[in-house]
Amino acid sequence: MDINTITEIVTGLDEASLAGWREGDAFLGGGTWLYSEPQPSLRRLFDLDAFGWTPLELTPDALVVAATCKIQELYDFVPPADWRSGGLIRQCCDALLGSFKIWNMASVGGNMCLALPAGPMTSLAAALDATCVIRMREGGERRMAAAEFVTGDRRNALAPGDLLRAIELPVADLRARSAFRQASLTARGRSAALLIGLLDDAGRFALTVTASTKRPVRLAFDAAPDAAGLKDRIDAAIPDALYHDDIHGRPDWRKMLTCRLAEEIRTELAG
Amino acid sequence: MSFEINGQSFDASPRPGQCLRTFLRQLGWFGVKKGCDAGDCGACTVHVDGRPVHSCIYPAFRAQGRAVTTIEGLAKDGELTPVQQSFVDAQGFQCGFCTAGAVMTVSCLTPAQLADLPGALKGNLCRCTAYRAIEDAVRGVTHAEAPAAGEAAGRNVAAPASRRIVTGSEPFTFDLEMEGVLHMKLARSPHAHARIVAIDASDALQVAGVRLVLTHEDAPTTRSSTGLHELDADDPPDTRLLDDVVRFVGQRVAAVVADSEAAAEEGCRRLKIDYQILPAVFDADAASAPEAPILHDHPEASGSRAPKSNILAEVRGRIGDADAGFAEADAVVEGVFHSHRIQHAHLETHGSLAWLDAEGRLNVRTSSQVPFLARRRLAFVLGLPAEDIRVVCARVGGGFGGKQEMLTEDVTALAALKLGRPVKLEFSREEQFVGATTRHPMRVRAKLGATADGRLTAIEMEVLSNTGAYGNHGPGVFFHGCNESVALYRCANKRIDGRVVYTNVVPAGAFRGYGLSQTNFAIESAMDELALKLRISPYEFRRINAIRPGDAMVAFDDHPHDVEYGSYGLDQCLDLAEAAMARDREAPTDLSDEWLVGEGMAVGMLDTIPPRGHYANAEARLTADGGYEISIGTAEFGNGSTTVHAQLAAAALNTTPDRINIVQSDTDRAGYDTGAFGSTGTVVAGKAAHLAAIALKEAMLAAARGLAGPGENAFELVGDGMRIGDAFLSLPAFAAAVGPLSGAGATNGSPRSVAFNVQAFRVSVHRATGAIRILRSVHAADAGTVINPMQCRGQVEGGVAQAIGAALYEHVDVADDGSVTTRAFRSYHIPSFADAPRTEVLFAETSDALGPLGAKSMSESPFNPVAAALANAVRAATGVRFDTLLLAADRIYDRLPKDIASAP
Repeated sequence: MDINTITEIVTGLDEASLAGWREGDAFLGGGTWLYSEPQPSLRRLFDLDAFGWTPLELTPDALVVAATCKIQELYDFVPPADWRSGGLIRQCCDALLGSFKIWNMASVGGNMCLALPAGPMTSLAAALDATCVIRMREGGERRMAAAEFVTGDRRNALAPGDLLRAIELPVADLRARSAFRQASLTARGRSAALLIGLLDDAGRFALTVTASTKRPVRLAFDAAPDAAGLKDRIDAAIPDALYHDDIHGRPDWRKMLTCRLAEEIRTELAG
Repeated sequence: MSFEINGQSFDASPRPGQCLRTFLRQLGWFGVKKGCDAGDCGACTVHVDGRPVHSCIYPAFRAQGRAVTTIEGLAKDGELTPVQQSFVDAQGFQCGFCTAGAVMTVSCLTPAQLADLPGALKGNLCRCTAYRAIEDAVRGVTHAEAPAAGEAAGRNVAAPASRRIVTGSEPFTFDLEMEGVLHMKLARSPHAHARIVAIDASDALQVAGVRLVLTHEDAPTTRSSTGLHELDADDPPDTRLLDDVVRFVGQRVAAVVADSEAAAEEGCRRLKIDYQILPAVFDADAASAPEAPILHDHPEASGSRAPKSNILAEVRGRIGDADAGFAEADAVVEGVFHSHRIQHAHLETHGSLAWLDAEGRLNVRTSSQVPFLARRRLAFVLGLPAEDIRVVCARVGGGFGGKQEMLTEDVTALAALKLGRPVKLEFSREEQFVGATTRHPMRVRAKLGATADGRLTAIEMEVLSNTGAYGNHGPGVFFHGCNESVALYRCANKRIDGRVVYTNVVPAGAFRGYGLSQTNFAIESAMDELALKLRISPYEFRRINAIRPGDAMVAFDDHPHDVEYGSYGLDQCLDLAEAAMARDREAPTDLSDEWLVGEGMAVGMLDTIPPRGHYANAEARLTADGGYEISIGTAEFGNGSTTVHAQLAAAALNTTPDRINIVQSDTDRAGYDTGAFGSTGTVVAGKAAHLAAIALKEAMLAAARGLAGPGENAFELVGDGMRIGDAFLSLPAFAAAVGPLSGAGATNGSPRSVAFNVQAFRVSVHRATGAIRILRSVHAADAGTVINPMQCRGQVEGGVAQAIGAALYEHVDVADDGSVTTRAFRSYHIPSFADAPRTEVLFAETSDALGPLGAKSMSESPFNPVAAALANAVRAATGVRFDTLLLAADRIYDRLPKDIASAP
């Protein structure tokens, strides 16, 4: 919808532009969320496309995904043959409520910054123990674990004016084995629970719970736990109040799903 | 800036925050529709550099230097693309509002996406079709046919607007340019109940471009209702155009008119409104209590039945002696059943455009099912003679009852009269949820008794209906709900009690089924439970107890009425559904033993026409140039009545439907028509059109006799002309010879007949997660002679899908402060392609004595038995009776049998 309060689109951005950030400004990624709700407090949009960031860059250690990378561009990335978890990329894209038409516009970073519990790019990044690269308003860069980036329903670790620059997906984790489970109240609907398990060649196991919780919960184990061990860790790490409650699923149901899907993942990877 | 749109270059600059959708429409590309304006529904899909995007969330400035294609740019040199042609051939649409977006999306699908339509089409919502017709279009299935002259009735004739719909050229309500149009936005109440102490509009009027602010001080003091009926007295006169008391969060408080929507929005934000908060009540029980705050405290205007009461209407019906009936019963069941608040979710929002024509006469173009009733109500509210007002509807983008309501026309008309300029108001999707209407939430206690051999001895029903802050349709929905659901069963003893109560919540209104879906859920669930208790099959239990021709149709009173057995097909429907369900019962499935499987069914009955008069006046004309024209007042909103009218007229005139031009829904160009509600498009308006065409044929034959003179006896009206003896006059030649001719047809909606529906499901329920999968859906319908099987099937499928949404997915939620919290399609989930099962539709073979060519109505009724059939199937699968909708996984999972041993 029209955002009628916008008076200026700031294009031609550079490093210095962030310093000029003020109340009423917002970063424009794909626009798929910004333009989907009334935004009466906004006055200026910073057009991130103006940076011209390379959407995807494969380094020896990481797949570096620019925050402005379209979900379609990520989806189209062909993972090297030895990435046993390369399929997670498409599974997470498919988990987006929006259709492939939204993928043509929505950005990976935008999905994470929106910080919905069900944001599948957050699921992907958190599960792969990715690193978020953040450009700070006052200058300079900081890095943080992607699993820590979303801090609650519609809350993230960015300070006003901070900008998510990139997400680095570690190649090592993409080479590990993984299992993916997603559940929703409706077919192809918004995720009520999205869990990803990772098992590396050293036998280390990690379970990442998203969508069912207000923020990602990544549980790392030195070795794959047994059923009771996994359940105990989940219960200890996720108090009832951390389960998300909205129209996409009641928290008690999400808790049940979480435990159930976690056990399915454990069984699949243990087998 | 320069933009390339459909191969043309445009030099224009979008506003900084403008989205591509409004920018394209501003440049005249009206094929780009607004369904949600939030990226959820896909009606606005366009291609940017060949990729499909939702233009409502695409920043307009980013289209600069790229090639944009809208639906208007697909067909080259008038030749439809294969996808467009497929949508015509399969009739992959009903109202057509979502079709441009669907065509634009399907045009881009890759082979992989074509193999996964539930995923590929999750960004395209259609409220009418249940997606079967869309899938047929994608797969290249052809349904439309072109019958020979005189053979149109009973055939799959394509909608006359088909080509325009798939090319984006069919104009809906807002798809026109109007010089100097001003834009209106409404300020809405943040409080559930408050008195407006003062409104300071001075700041708002300072906003550049703001022309007018309307408040209750500008509004007439007359009260009426937003609900529109043949009889005004059907709805309580409790509503002012703008009131000094607000009774729900979202009620309109003021209207700001400006040069742009942006300025009008800003004007709304700058209004300073001083409220005195009043106590509010949201729950229907609490509102019934003597100490409850009263919503409408002046009974002469409010419609409250008694002063100082929130009770809008009551029923206390006694047939026979229910207590004696229960005493006689061998088995009794009782339950309390809850049906919740849902929204129509037609893709075209409410809205209207009002202007004064060159003679100074008020014109209103509106998205309404009832143009003539809207005109009459406008005349009353504005104090104008009705003939000084013209109301016209373009093709309406869906209604489902929601547009039997005056929600915008009064305020745009008032502004147009004050300003002398055209004024437009178009609801946002959010306004549809917070400021339109819903289905009436109802609590229904049902108690049934029967003898051991399955004969009903008593039926008791107690209904509590929550009408919300205003009583529009409150009494009508309530009484209707109490009628056919119970009249369906032959039983000597019936007791019905109930009331309709005001609360401080968004008003309920007319909704497909008109009260019956809620009471049907209760009665048909209880019937199922009683059949189980008696160990009688649910089909057999209905055969024993459902009325048959000759039985009296009574529910809460035995007053004389005008409903007859014009035909009867319930017996066939029961047989058809039962046999269809048996056909594949033993088919192997891949379900694990965590899935519980069960079948359920339910029956519905609907009077074919609303009570107390429903009028249509049609004129059939042979025009001076030899064309046929039918003028009819009713509106086309996806019900397909236009196609049926053309078929009926073509049948009468022994021609083909493409020769029939339908002029409709314009109070200046057609005779009075009560409107398109109560499933009357075929049986009332269609009958009038048919009678008019028959009269025209008689007039043409009489004129032929006059032309031929005495001695000639052989006259035959054929598809393209008149045969007189050995001579043949083409229609233009005949018209030139005899001049324009016309015939009139009128219907009054009485007597009425009854239509029946049987829905059956096989479902699987996951014992752990609560997920419900529909494995099989069968719907048998008694529609009399089916004039257009393809369309009628679409109506049934769409009704079933909408009801599945209502039973499994959709709920309008109200917060503790009375505000609606589900305000967008992403939080109000209507069925998408992936959610809508294929329904096998079977028609009984009946011919109705009352309807045109034996036809009966079939629009609302398929909706009604669906929720109970689903709940009954879940009951069969799990052993658990769910008496409260929604049947959503997260609401049912913890009541399911957990281990396999405990399954039924």
